[in-house]
Amino acid sequence: MSTVVRTEGLTKRYGSSTVVDAVDLEVSEGDLFGFLGPNGAGKTTTIRMLLGLVRPSAGRAEVLGRPVGPTLATALAEVGALVEGPGFYPYLSGRRNLSLFDAAGPGGGPGDRRDRIEGALALVGMAEVDRRPVKHYSLGMRQRLGLAAALLRRPRLLVLDEPTNGLDPNGIRELRELFVELSRSGTTVVLSSHQLAEVELICTRAAVMVGGRVVAQDSVARLLAPTGVVVLTSPDLDAVAPCLARLGGPRLLDRSGDRARISLGELPSEAFVAALVADGLAVRELVVERRTLEDVFVGLTGGETA
Amino acid sequence: MIRVELRKLLTRPRTWITIALLAGLPALVGVFVRTTGVGPRPGRGPALLSEVLSNGSMFPAAALAIVLPLFLPIAVSVVAGDTVAGEAAFGTLRYLLIRPVPRARLLIAKLIATLTFVLLAVVAVALVGLVTGWLLFGLRPLTTVSGVSVASEQLVLRVGFTVLYVAVSMFGVAAIGLFASTSTDAPLAATLATLAAFVASQVLDLIDAAGGLHPYLPTHYWLAFVDLFREPAYWSNVLRGLGIQAAYITVFLGFAWAGFATRDVTA
Repeated sequence: MSTVVRTEGLTKRYGSSTVVDAVDLEVSEGDLFGFLGPNGAGKTTTIRMLLGLVRPSAGRAEVLGRPVGPTLATALAEVGALVEGPGFYPYLSGRRNLSLFDAAGPGGGPGDRRDRIEGALALVGMAEVDRRPVKHYSLGMRQRLGLAAALLRRPRLLVLDEPTNGLDPNGIRELRELFVELSRSGTTVVLSSHQLAEVELICTRAAVMVGGRVVAQDSVARLLAPTGVVVLTSPDLDAVAPCLARLGGPRLLDRSGDRARISLGELPSEAFVAALVADGLAVRELVVERRTLEDVFVGLTGGETA
Repeated sequence: MIRVELRKLLTRPRTWITIALLAGLPALVGVFVRTTGVGPRPGRGPALLSEVLSNGSMFPAAALAIVLPLFLPIAVSVVAGDTVAGEAAFGTLRYLLIRPVPRARLLIAKLIATLTFVLLAVVAVALVGLVTGWLLFGLRPLTTVSGVSVASEQLVLRVGFTVLYVAVSMFGVAAIGLFASTSTDAPLAATLATLAAFVASQVLDLIDAAGGLHPYLPTHYWLAFVDLFREPAYWSNVLRGLGIQAAYITVFLGFAWAGFATRDVTA
């Protein structure tokens, strides 16, 4: 699988403050890549450098195998993006806006422009949009139209900065399904978000950025790997302690009523269940505890809010 | 990209309202002059206006002289100041750049759209001036400021050159405006900065103490086209004016490019 986004030591300094500090990102083709971090972590500045809008102070960024920068824009021909909210000519209708964007830059012949525009509008659920100027659109409609603009050229890479801002829960779910669908059809998606649940539901890989640095970058499955803790529900909890002592590794973390959280250490959960049953204890329920992305996030950011 | 920028310019209501206002003012002045029969006293009021009373064919040039000192530069400042900063304010600048439209091409397209606006405005003022002059005062062969008649093809040529000269003078304003527009994300700030440069030049041009500076001020030779309506036409100041504008255009477009080529776009 080829690398779609690669940054090496990407750094941005404004005066003496370092906003993005030696960031190494790697996004492979087909990834649905979550880019997480609290506000002011440097996500948007990183994305701007990826799109050649901001010049790095140090390091380099590559998109689809080609370097990008303010004077190196050609690599972006197959990239669609939504950065810090959509931008439109407010006095024109949605279709006219898309038509102007489509006509700008390479790859947009006038012959099938209408098809591209209608296709992009259909993708974001705006096929029926009327001729009102964009200034009368709701925030959610603008967001969808911005996404349509990013999708006009059927890009290989889609970079989306907080794409679900301003949408209602239904709209968020629709877009989530759209992202998954686009990803299945081969588009690589980089999704910056503070909606941890959203990233957790759909992303395959994620990076967490805090204070200008990337503090974690891995597959979501591995970031959310089991914690080695199980929640055991049993009427015989009082008799569990000797069993734990005999097994050596596992420790009781806390208990309330007939429910206990137990850290298994290296012991596989099936072995633990076998040991409980062998001791004649009734096991009503045993749940392997998994972290949520939020736990990971809070752990990594030291409790800074997203 | 040039076609996109022209489409934006021509589909924007503002463009046509501005041009209508620009062309309407001299027509209004013409109506007043016609109904009262009172021309400006010698040495006061817009250049060439008193000649209009006796001959409507002078009206296109007089119309340009009416809008040139203030209204035309304001209109050009608004349009030029809006070019890049306006896109930044709408949030569309980043989307154009990642389309991707190379920055050089965007700047050139913006420049061409602005120059198109200038030409449209100047030609509209001249044309409306011609119609107004014809309707209100009648067209006669030109009697020049120097009192000698010239042939009508000569007149057409001179009015045509006046249109070009005024347009080039406004290109100077447009270049300053474009530079200002690449330096800020607020279109109003860019427009005001351009106007400030224009007003500063006008003020310095009025102060005798700054006499040494006068020949280098962008506005100093703006009305030099009046010399074209002397007999024989007096070219020296017009040519100097063109030279000065060429210098200002080159320098400010250079600044605009140097600033915009690698600037961080954070809007």
